[in-house]
Formats: sequence, C-alpha cells, structure tokens
Amino acid sequence: MEKQWFTISVYSENHVGLLNRISGIFLKRHINIESLNVSKSEIEGVSKFTIVIFSTEDWAIKIVNQIEKQVEVIKAYYHTDEETIYQESALFKIASALLFDERQIQNIIKEHHSQIVTVSREFFVLAKTGRRHEIDEMHEALEPYGIMQFVRTGRIAVSKAAMPITNILAEFQNQ
Amino acid sequence: METLKAEKKDTKKKTAIRITGAEAIIHCLLAEGVDLIYGYPGGAIMPVYDELYKFQDRLTHILTRHEQGATHAAQGYARVSGKVGVAMATSGPGATNLVTGIADAQIDSTPMVCITGQVARHLLGSDAFQETDIVGISTPVTKWNYQITRAEEIPEIMAKAFYIAKSGRPGPVLVDITKNAQFDELDFVYEKCTGVRSYKPAPKTDMSAIEKAAELINNAKKPYIVFGQGVILGQAEEELKALVEKAGIPAAWTILGLSAMDTDHPLNMGMVGMHGNYGPNVLTNECDVLLAIGMRFDDRVTGNLETYAKQAKVIHFEIDPAEVNKNVKVDVAVLGNAKQTLELLLPLINKNEHKEWVAEFEKKRQIEYDTVIDKDIYPTKPGLTMGEVIEQINVASGHKAVIVSDVGQHQMIACRYAKFKQTKSNITSGGLGTMGFALPAAIGAKMGAMEREVVAIIGDGGYQMTIQELGVIFQHNLPVKIVVLNNDHLGMVRQWQELFFERRYASTVMTNPDFVKIAEGYHIKARRVVERSDLKDAVEEMMASKDPYFLEVRVEKEDNVFPMVPTGASISDILLK
Repeated sequence: MEKQWFTISVYSENHVGLLNRISGIFLKRHINIESLNVSKSEIEGVSKFTIVIFSTEDWAIKIVNQIEKQVEVIKAYYHTDEETIYQESALFKIASALLFDERQIQNIIKEHHSQIVTVSREFFVLAKTGRRHEIDEMHEALEPYGIMQFVRTGRIAVSKAAMPITNILAEFQNQ
Repeated sequence: METLKAEKKDTKKKTAIRITGAEAIIHCLLAEGVDLIYGYPGGAIMPVYDELYKFQDRLTHILTRHEQGATHAAQGYARVSGKVGVAMATSGPGATNLVTGIADAQIDSTPMVCITGQVARHLLGSDAFQETDIVGISTPVTKWNYQITRAEEIPEIMAKAFYIAKSGRPGPVLVDITKNAQFDELDFVYEKCTGVRSYKPAPKTDMSAIEKAAELINNAKKPYIVFGQGVILGQAEEELKALVEKAGIPAAWTILGLSAMDTDHPLNMGMVGMHGNYGPNVLTNECDVLLAIGMRFDDRVTGNLETYAKQAKVIHFEIDPAEVNKNVKVDVAVLGNAKQTLELLLPLINKNEHKEWVAEFEKKRQIEYDTVIDKDIYPTKPGLTMGEVIEQINVASGHKAVIVSDVGQHQMIACRYAKFKQTKSNITSGGLGTMGFALPAAIGAKMGAMEREVVAIIGDGGYQMTIQELGVIFQHNLPVKIVVLNNDHLGMVRQWQELFFERRYASTVMTNPDFVKIAEGYHIKARRVVERSDLKDAVEEMMASKDPYFLEVRVEKEDNVFPMVPTGASISDILLK
C-alpha cells in the first residue's frame, strides 16, 4: 500500500496525560508525527488533536483504532488531504533594514499575501497562513535575504464530511 | 452540551461523612466489594496503611515480599475469581516494581487496580525522596491511570478506576495518590461509576454481521473454531460449548483460552500456536471457515501471517474493535461481548456434524500421540519428563485443580497436558511471558478460590525470580502446592540455542541451590523426586496435604518441547521432532 498524508482528528476529554498516551501509540509503531496541534473544539470541554502523518492507509486505520481505544478519547477519524480543508501558519522575523534596502522584500510580502504583524527599529515580523507549500515558497523567497527566526504551526484541519461528536455525547447521556 | 457530565453515577442520595483521604480510600475499596489486597508499605502510602490497620477486620492486606509479587498475586486472584485484583505500593521503587505485573495484566486483559502513594503535591517535580513519575511510566501499559492530588477527587476517581478495570476488555488501572491527598479531609460520599462518556466498554453488535457469520458457518464444509480468553472473560463458556456441539465444529484454544472448554470434550482438539498441537496448527491452513472467538491472533498463534489461514473465510468475534484486522484480515467481524454475540448467533445455526473433517483432527492427533505425546507422558527411557509429572498431577487431582504455570518449557508442557473440567483453571502469563509469575499468582489463585486445589508448576529459572513469596505461603499457611520441574537450565532458551544457535549455550546453565532446604527454611513440607518410581507416591502425598507443599522433580536436563513452529515459519510447517 502506498504512503500518503493523513490528518488524524481526535476528540477527547481535556485531561492531563492524554497527549502522552496518544503520542505513545505513534512511538510504539515508529510512525513519525509530522505535525501536532491541540486546541479546544466546537464543543465546550472537549479537546481536539490534529495530527498529521505520512503513512499507509492500513496503518492510519490501526492507529485510529488504537487511539479510539483510549478511555478518554471520544472519537478519532482519519482523512486524506482531499477530504479536509487544512491550513498552517508561519511567522518570519526579518531585520528591519532589509525592508528599506531590498525593494524585493516588499514584493514578496504582496505576492505571498502575507501580513506585517509588527515593525520595530531592529526587526519586523511577517505572518503567513496557507498550505504547507505556500509557506515553503515564501520561505524560499525570503531565505536569500536572511531570516532571523522562522516558525510554523502544525496543520489545523476541518473535514468536509461531518464529525458528529455531539450525537455521540448525546447518545451516552440517553443510555 | 456543557450540561453533560462526563461520568455517570449511581444517583441515590447519600449523606456525606467527613474523613481523611486515606480513610476514604478504604471506604472506596469496601464499597467496590474488595476484601483482599496485596501490597507493600512505604513512606508515601503510610497514611493508607494506618487506615488498613484500623479496618483489618473487613479488609485483609497480604504483605508480599516484593511489589512485583503483589501484582502477580492480584492477577492470580482476578483470573480465578473474575473479580478485580488490587495491589498497593509506595512511591518510587515501590511503584516501579509494580510495572512488570501491570504490563502483564495489560497484555493478558486482567482486571486490576493498582494504588500507589506519591510524594506530597508541593514536592511534585522536585525530585523529592522516592518521587518517580509512575503515571508517565505506566501510561503505555495501563488501560487508564490518574494522579490524585486533592482528597476530594478520591471517591470519583476510585469509582472510575474499578469501572474501567473490569468493564469491556478488562485491564489494569493505576491510581497514584499524593501524600497530602491521603492526609487531607473531604466530605465523603461514594457513588459507583456506571459509565464514562468518552469510553465505550463494548461496541454495538451488528445483527447483519451475525447473519453473515451464520450463513458462512451453515455452508461450511470444514469449519474450525479457535477460541481465546475472551470466552472466559465474557463468561461465554456455555454458549461456546453449545455452538461447538450444535454445529459439530472442532475447536482449539489459545494458551489463555485453555480451560474455557472441558479438555476431554470430543470436539476439543487442543492448543494452537508455537508449541500447540499438530492437528490444530496444520488444519488451520485447511479449514474453509475459521471462527476466531475472543482471541487476538498473537504472533505465537499465527506463525507467518503470509501463510496463515489464507484459504479460509475468517469470522472474528471480538470485544475490542482495535483487534479486528490488526494482524489477520477478516471477512466478518462480529463486535461485542462473546456471550451476547454467541447467544444471538446460536438460533441461526443449523444442526450439523462434520464427521470427515473431525476425523482429520483425529488422524493428526494419532500422529502426534505416536511421535510426541506418548513419549512425553508415558516415558519408558530413564530420566523423568515434565510431561509425566503433569499427567501424574492430572490423575491425582481428577482434572479439578487450578494449574498456575510460569514461563518456559514447563509452561508449554503444562498447557499441553494439563486436563481441566472447569473454567478459570489455567493461570499463566501468556502475552508478556513473565518469568516469576507463577509463585505469587498461585498465592492469589488460592485466595481467590480457597475451596480449590491450586498447583503451581514452575521451572527452576522462574522460581528463583520470585522465590521470596514462599514467605507469604508460610506466614499464612496457604495450602498451595508448588512443583518445581528442575532441569538445571533455562530450558526454553537452551532449546532455542540448540536448534537455532548451533548449540552455543550462553548463560543457560544454572547451578541451583538445594530447593528442598529453602522450602524447609520457610517451614514448608518439601520432597525431592529423582526416580520415576517415587513420582506417583510423591504427587499423591502432595495432593493429599492439607498444608503447603513443595515438590522438586529432577527432570531430564536436555529435553526439548515439540511440536514446534520455528519463528517466522508457517504453522503448516510445524515440526514434530
């Protein structure tokens, strides 16, 4: 089976230690987590993990089953890139002098639709949100001029199909 | 949604009492029906031990000689009784010594609650004396774990711990309790947990899967059942027997499925796997429908997956959805508790018998008997065999004893040859293969079924890993029967060295102490058998004893266990010699 990108979405109780339990599932099988994001979800008190892996579908299924087996996990899903809307964000810290010395920098900011977050005497910070390759392209464009600091978030994604967590919770309540 | 509570509780109104966290822990245990725990005290758990002292008329604490012994004893107790085993230890080394038993309980789905003391909340993370991150350490080997840092959390977490440990596919739960939470007071009310919203103990059974399974079974010419511990944990022994008899299907068991079905039942064909029986292995690759019931296709069962049951339609009856298609791709997955799913299946099954197919098993059984079994259990050559000792125990116990085995050659021989009439009678470390399991597990097994005879079968290697638990047997005069099959070797490793490492016997020869004297040092009646002519009398004397009894049998040093599926080989290529 061919490897591809999968986004694993996990809805869980917000408990200390669950991250450790979930990451252990990947560790045990030597599957590298390409990116990981934990945030609140659309339901109060329910956390959402968004985990990106490059793997076969067979392994994605097994991993999702193991994650879902954890007591504090409400539901886990896996999706291909085509099945999700996903984005990442990045911050670039660049020396302020370049903004004036290198005309090209201003063009890069415009062409890549990035925002200037802050400007100070020493540096300015650019923010870019988009697909991984778009951020990579902007990184490539800025690199020759010198990037003081760069950071990118993990992927965040929503699925095109429904993830009916509220139904699952309501079902529990009605049992 | 915010009004939803994450846990369901028994809602009967109860009045609160003001007590310390330590006392609350005792009340929680009593409320869960616990009357026996195994453990070892130490600094961070002392407030709880102080309360145990006050409650000793209602809650028995057995001081094992090592924390690992406490976990195995709790496991043995849980496995014979079906109840949750409880083990307790202090922080740091006390807690880390539990880890082997916890891992064993996890892989063998044994319900167990472990309670550990922890340094006070304000010291957490400071590398305080005997501080260790046991929650972090135990995470991969527990079904659930939690650190309590406030006394008020105790009733809810303890209720949840017991609920999670015993529901669905059972497993070990660890609750770590900081010392301040033991000392502080709380308004105590106990409500049993009846549900956790993020946790589904058993998946919903899909009736169409049952129908598909029934159709496959009814149309099968060579149907074959392999059952595991799921039958015992799900209390589905009667339903399994009914299915086997109604449809006339030959059945075999995994090591943990042993004793779920009478070993003398005409359709009980024996053990599958690496040292299993000849027919059950070879015919797995000849059946047309394979019904896997409450088992997980462990690598020791399947051998090479590329050649495992490829010709068969596979139906998997399983409570844990994560086990389905994990190792073997199945055609029909019937999710749910085995008792319930088999009950739904039975009315759809046609009465049938498969005489020719069953005869195939009989033929293979005869081949195995002639080449292996006869020599193992009725040897005529000089030198005692492990098999004849097991057979002698069968005769003396009338197939009624609980047999607790350790890990290695003697374990395979015990599981191959021990006879059982009653379920929950075979206690062994299956998945983890923990040497040192048997002696403490036998203590727990005895205390979980005082009316039953408990015989521990142990090798000379594993025996010395937890030999200190003789102290418990002596102190409480527990009439456990201990049989050490002594070949002065780590026999199974030696066998592999002989077969696969060109007889390079690295560190497998043991110079052993006088085991009889050691037992006598603990005031346990002891006897050594060196000659075949003494064996029957010694086993009878042991079985008749009302007190604990130790029997050392000096067996052949270089016997090998056969049949054998070499690692990575197909089960069809099982070796008879």
